[in-house]
Amino acid sequence: MDEIQKRLLMEVADLHEVPEGAYNIRANSQSAGRRSTENIEIISKQDVSGLEIRIRPGTKNESVHIPVVMTESGLKEVVYNDFYIGEGSDVVIIAGCGIDNCGNQDSQHDGIHRFFVGPGAKVRYVEKHYGSGEGKGKRILNPVTEVYMQQDSTMEMEMVQIKGVDDTERTTVAELDTGAKLVVRERLMTHGEQRAISTYDVKLNGKDSSADVVSRSVARDRSFQKFDAKIVGKAPCSGHTECDSIIMDEGRILAVPGLEADHVDASLFHEAAIGKIAGEQLTKLMTLGLTEAEAEEQIINGFLR
Amino acid sequence: MLELKNVSFQVAEEGTDKEIVRGISLKVPEKKLIVVTGPNGGGKSTLARLIAGIEKPTAGKIFFGGEDITEKSVTERARMGIAYAFQQPVRFKGIRVVDLIRIAAGKKVTAAEACDYLSAVGLCARDYVDREVNASLSGGELKRIEIATVLARKAKLSVFDEPEAGIDLWSFRNLIDVFRNMRETIADSSILVISHQERILNIADEIIVIKDGRVEKQGSREEIYPSLGADSAEAPACDRLLKTMKDGMEDA
Ligand SMILES: Nc1ncnc2c1ncn2[C@@H]1O[C@H](COP(=O)(O)OP(=O)(O)O)[C@@H](O)[C@H]1O
Ligand SMILES: [Mg+2]
Repeated sequence: MDEIQKRLLMEVADLHEVPEGAYNIRANSQSAGRRSTENIEIISKQDVSGLEIRIRPGTKNESVHIPVVMTESGLKEVVYNDFYIGEGSDVVIIAGCGIDNCGNQDSQHDGIHRFFVGPGAKVRYVEKHYGSGEGKGKRILNPVTEVYMQQDSTMEMEMVQIKGVDDTERTTVAELDTGAKLVVRERLMTHGEQRAISTYDVKLNGKDSSADVVSRSVARDRSFQKFDAKIVGKAPCSGHTECDSIIMDEGRILAVPGLEADHVDASLFHEAAIGKIAGEQLTKLMTLGLTEAEAEEQIINGFLR
Repeated sequence: MLELKNVSFQVAEEGTDKEIVRGISLKVPEKKLIVVTGPNGGGKSTLARLIAGIEKPTAGKIFFGGEDITEKSVTERARMGIAYAFQQPVRFKGIRVVDLIRIAAGKKVTAAEACDYLSAVGLCARDYVDREVNASLSGGELKRIEIATVLARKAKLSVFDEPEAGIDLWSFRNLIDVFRNMRETIADSSILVISHQERILNIADEIIVIKDGRVEKQGSREEIYPSLGADSAEAPACDRLLKTMKDGMEDA
């Protein structure tokens, strides 16, 4: 693996060394390393490109890393990864994709991740996107995440895309059974002419299921973002979506709330706030000795933390 | 150290000019604690904002350490040694108490040092350092964090705008200790406190009364304090009673 690939790995998965636990590192469409463990089995799919990751019931405190790095210009790939998370397990899954495109052709990675979360299982899923490289070719990421949650399972998803991705369309679909709980924290920053679209479709099918989808984002320069979050409540359940955004320069943000209650005991709630950085926040930090630009940076860093 | 010469501040409101500060001249010498008092709406906070550079005077000049700072920015004044605790502190999403203290100190601050500033304002440091300075904090907590950040600045001139507003469960004695401590530890430093509180007026070297954008009275505590009685008699009787009771409880 070369230096650029190592740097991308650090950005998307905080990996400095070979990770502990199970992992599969994909570099320029090839597997650059894989390890299964006693409880976590990673196997290649036969029909399409991608992995099947099977986590044994009762697996506790183990992690799976499946980072993807691309450094060849003009590469386009679609990858299908399926996760089967056994009953009662408690695991951390770290995905992420880093693209470095120095060439003039677009590089694109479309990852389709499906999670089958067993009864009572707990999953923390972290996905980071990062792009770099000065080439004219775009860095494009279109992740699709499907989550099927059985009874009393919990899934916490943290999705981060702060830098360098030109075009992204993220689709997240989730179906929750009785007592299942989904928490999503999305953080997004777009620059230049970048475009980012994030769509959620969450179905609360089971009694006492809940979803909390929160997006914090910053749109700078002439970038555009769309946050389209839909929650459907089909049982006594609770759902909350929130879009909290800062716009700068000529950035544009469109927040589309979507709540559908199909049951009288469904309780659904949506919040959206879009605006520039509050002037008094800048002023306060300037009275502490920061310049306006430094103050802006602190406010945005905090906001996206 | 600080001198205002004939400072005015005027805003345009509904087509007409409104003068909020009208030709105020005052001096804050070194090593003094000055208390600015006077009725609500008199222009005290505007005066503080003019000193910090958040507002620019429409007439007059401001000097700091002998230098004309009238045209200096908020950042420049902060770096020259002016600190300002807002009357209404600002909330931030994602910025933690420890981050604000670090920014205020302008250097790396150890967790232990950050905790000292918080303890000084009566906050249990462990519970607060990692808290976000956001809507989850009560007004009183926020006010005290604001004071802690000004402490961390170790500025030559610290301006506090009605600091007593947040000291519900804390006490005046502690606030007064904070002021005393600042004066002892920051060489030649001065403090300007905007306050209505008798106990704070009581520790003033000088008192300035601002009313309708003008300096109504100015002088040593001994001169001014006795004459303030007449003003406070205008306050509704129950307010005064409540205040006496509160003060009594803190003494207990
Ligand atoms: N930027 C402004 N524009 C218009 N009116 C203002 C502005 N700043 C202050 N004021 C008004 O000036 C008066 C004095 O305000 P302030 O300085 O906050 O008084 P104090 O702190 O003594 O209560 C108030 O009536 C306030 O509403
Ligand atoms: Mg005021």
